[in-house]
Amino acid sequence: MSKKFWEELPQGSVVLEAGSSAKFKTGGWRSMRPKWIEENCIQCMFCWMYCPDMSVKVKIEKDNKGEDKAVRADFDFDYCKGCGICALECPGKKGKKAIVMEEEGK
Amino acid sequence: MTTTAKPLGLKKLALGEDRFSYGHRMCAGCGAPIVVKQVLMATDYPIIATNATGCLEVSSCIQQFTAWKIPWMHSAFENSAATASGIEAMYRSLVKQGKLEDRNVKFIAFGGDGGTYDIGFQSLSGAMERGHDMMYICYDNGAYMNTGIQRSSATPFGANTTTCPAGDVIPGKPQQRKDLTRIMAAHGIPYVAQASPSYHTDLMKKVQKAFEIKGPKFMNIIAPCNRGWRSRTNDAITLAKLAVETCYWPLYEIENGVTKVTVKPKEKKPLVDFLKPQGRFKHMFAPENEDMLKQAQEYVDAQWDRLLKESAAGESEKAE
Repeated sequence: MSKKFWEELPQGSVVLEAGSSAKFKTGGWRSMRPKWIEENCIQCMFCWMYCPDMSVKVKIEKDNKGEDKAVRADFDFDYCKGCGICALECPGKKGKKAIVMEEEGK
Repeated sequence: MTTTAKPLGLKKLALGEDRFSYGHRMCAGCGAPIVVKQVLMATDYPIIATNATGCLEVSSCIQQFTAWKIPWMHSAFENSAATASGIEAMYRSLVKQGKLEDRNVKFIAFGGDGGTYDIGFQSLSGAMERGHDMMYICYDNGAYMNTGIQRSSATPFGANTTTCPAGDVIPGKPQQRKDLTRIMAAHGIPYVAQASPSYHTDLMKKVQKAFEIKGPKFMNIIAPCNRGWRSRTNDAITLAKLAVETCYWPLYEIENGVTKVTVKPKEKKPLVDFLKPQGRFKHMFAPENEDMLKQAQEYVDAQWDRLLKESAAGESEKAE
């Protein structure tokens, strides 16, 4: 007979895999969706720093000296809970926000 | 091992990897994961963390799922500091016996304000007194948010919580909050600081500084909670900033007994700017409770003046 689910759990409530919460997607909690407008983005990375869900992706590119450079990429909608901190803290370019919140499913 | 401090430019930091993962189940817009992320980001040292029971603990580690990418342990509500001090003592002993290579591991105990100010206070005080080489970080959201917003000794004056509800009998919490940062400084430990996630460079500098100091360290960090503070989900960072600008939550450090204010707001804003966006203070704006606003402002002013005096004394001491 195959083991029951609880019998397979490691003893002592130990979780052996680091960062395994990534398997639990929290994107479904969202009712407001952040939209990134790339032309207004000044790459200040505030959204990345203040995101409570680590849902602002960063891609690593080479600059003209050949060194690694972090560039803001789009949101990770698998985990973004739509709190809107990024949109509020976004300084934008010339008064135009680079992140705006939109209703989900619109 | 890093000898020079890690650069704290956002562009440089973004090249690294977060040591606190997504997929945790804190509420949308919670301040605590921002605090944890910034603390862990500030350094490249290997870290072992312990956690008191609280929002952070229950929602970052649910059986099978952990958001931590560092060794992390929770044992009970009241003993985060005791657990960390035990791990630290064991590590030190194993290194001394030659059973373990010294990798310059740093130890952090996390706790919410309930697990720090109230329930975990004796173990925290004990660990600090014994002089363990560890850091205690309290993320202060000003009530027991995890169990449904009950008052703690960190709850500010006048706040409406479920165990001090504003109504006919009392207008919110009648007492002022306990100044734990000062109490920890009174333990005579080498480093005590207060920080805010909205001033991330200041926060991370303090963490870096603390890790270079041997002995017990304590940091108190404000972590807005939109559920308990009855505010909007998107204003955690704005409120953490207003708390500093109104001098409700001054940013300072006490290093070997010398006080230094690290961020002085350009213009001290009135406390109402901080209270107004929060629903838990709504009743204080009723005409009959005008006196409460005055009382709250007076308390903040007195604390700030005292801090400035101490800071000035610290500066003149340094100059001598």
